Amino acid sequence: MISWFGSRLIQALLVMLAMTVIVFIGVNVVGDPVAILIPPDATAAERLRVVQAFGLDRPLWEQYFSFLNGVLHGDLGRSYVYNQPALQVILQRLPATMELAASAMLVAIVIGIPLGLYAGLRPDSPLAKLFMAGSVLGFSLPTFWVGLMLIMIFSVNLGWLPASGRGETVELFGMRWSFLTLDGLSHLALPALNLALFKIALVMRLVRAGVREVLPQDYIRYARARGLREGRVIWVHVLKNILIPVVTIIGLEFGSVIAFSIVTETIFAWPGMGKLIIDSINVLDRPVMVAYLMMIVVIFVVINLLVDLAYTLLDPRVRLAARGKS
Amino acid sequence: MVNLPETPSIHNAATDRPEAAWRRVWRDYRGSPVAVVMLALLGVILVLALLAPLISPQNPYDLMQLDIMEGLLPPGTEASSGDMIYHLGTDDQGRDMLSAILHGLRISLFVGVVSAVCAVLVGATLGLFAAYRGGRTESVIMRLVDLQLSFPTILVALMILAFLGKGISNVILALIIVEWATYARTARGTALVESRREYIEAAHCLGVPLYRIIFRHLLPNCMTPLIVIGTVQIARAITLEATLSFLGIGVPVTEPSLGLLIANGYQYMFAGQYWLSFFPGIALLVTIVAINLVGDRLRDVFNPKGQA
Repeated sequence: MISWFGSRLIQALLVMLAMTVIVFIGVNVVGDPVAILIPPDATAAERLRVVQAFGLDRPLWEQYFSFLNGVLHGDLGRSYVYNQPALQVILQRLPATMELAASAMLVAIVIGIPLGLYAGLRPDSPLAKLFMAGSVLGFSLPTFWVGLMLIMIFSVNLGWLPASGRGETVELFGMRWSFLTLDGLSHLALPALNLALFKIALVMRLVRAGVREVLPQDYIRYARARGLREGRVIWVHVLKNILIPVVTIIGLEFGSVIAFSIVTETIFAWPGMGKLIIDSINVLDRPVMVAYLMMIVVIFVVINLLVDLAYTLLDPRVRLAARGKS
Repeated sequence: MVNLPETPSIHNAATDRPEAAWRRVWRDYRGSPVAVVMLALLGVILVLALLAPLISPQNPYDLMQLDIMEGLLPPGTEASSGDMIYHLGTDDQGRDMLSAILHGLRISLFVGVVSAVCAVLVGATLGLFAAYRGGRTESVIMRLVDLQLSFPTILVALMILAFLGKGISNVILALIIVEWATYARTARGTALVESRREYIEAAHCLGVPLYRIIFRHLLPNCMTPLIVIGTVQIARAITLEATLSFLGIGVPVTEPSLGLLIANGYQYMFAGQYWLSFFPGIALLVTIVAINLVGDRLRDVFNPKGQA
């Protein structure tokens, strides 16, 4: 088990190393850093000075190692726009994104599980069929389109909820949060719902499939034969058994929620990492772009590692297969 | 091959040519009226996109035809020149929205189809190669597929476009890089089953070259799942392109796809000028839903067991 985890950890580190190479090549070979650093009307002497100052005349591998060295020390350059260390700019935006992503996940669970339970328990009722058709739409509708519709309906036409920003925030643990104030919550509602839509469909389908699988099992029949109340059978015997895969998938999907928050944050002007990266790409703020990409790679590699670990701990079959290999 | 109940026919083997197989697929496909309507709708959308330069009332790229004084007119307004009616209104530069949507649809479909075709070529080749060669080749290719699929598509595409910059060809390239892995996985899964079959072994023993075994023997027998996945993936490619363009990192302003049209009209929505974003959004939505429903039906037709 420990050796398996060790090899998995080494693999994760290799992926991160590979990503630094890809990001480095992307920034320095595909894109031209000189073109960004130097105004087009600069003289040849000025050009040379900047090139030397940034070490761009050195061989590529030497530049890569100084880049890698910077990454390992948390030094990813200074943002051209904010004139602060790029990593710090990203980290300042992290809580807003995490708040949005966590809220979206919560919404997906709170709405998705009951709908999935209903659709699983009464698969032939018209309402269940409606839910299933809705979930197909939830999968295929573009996130940004749904966001626009939400704004059009709830902000522009009905005027119920605000469409942009975080609203009033409260400081807690040195970070600002929206969910602690009423105004902040009203700002959080639409973006969270927008981001959650895809996941609601996913959770609902997972729960429904789980219920369909568990219901014909002997222990359910036995529980009913014992004369347990239907509520208890569903909440304890059915739900408890289907929640393990659901929880695992939800954990796995957290990364994709963070990725899709790029879209939601841009639509709702939510000041998180996703909006920051889009703004940075548009003004070519390369240090921030690099810092964001490295940050996202770390988040993903860690999530994938945790999910693998969770699978191994939860499912003996995976554990045995891993042991057989190593 | 096509996994359908056998039709009772004496000359089954003789009539089982590709045309006959397609006829059988069509007969099964007709079973769902919704899917037939969606297929017809998709046909209309394709024709509209192909003929956009001929049928649109105005050339939306020709700045000489635009009059900024005609900007932001609501749907149904007659042009001041009197020679046309803006059925879907105009944008901020006085561009007829109907014309803009038809041309945008053309770009969206072009990007989606081209990227899907290229991604199938790359992905299927690598997948078949992996399945046929096995061993180290297979594990390297499949590790790459796993790695690729563990990152959300939008993130990979964003990363590529952040480096390459805007542009239709860059978007297509990004979509190919994002999508090939799905096809590779599908192709390998099917080919693993097929490559154990006797006809492949026979071809191998006859000394048929590798590329010929893969493309002439293996590929035709792995087409069914690739077609099904491909249909749905085109919808996903169009969605992703629209999303990227909406974020302002996709197609350039000079060649607006549906996503970019929606983005351009976004700010006017708050002033109640909904038509700038709403109609391109509907066009995008109808296209995506139509492709998805056709794809779903194809999946059911090709794989009757998987209908659950």
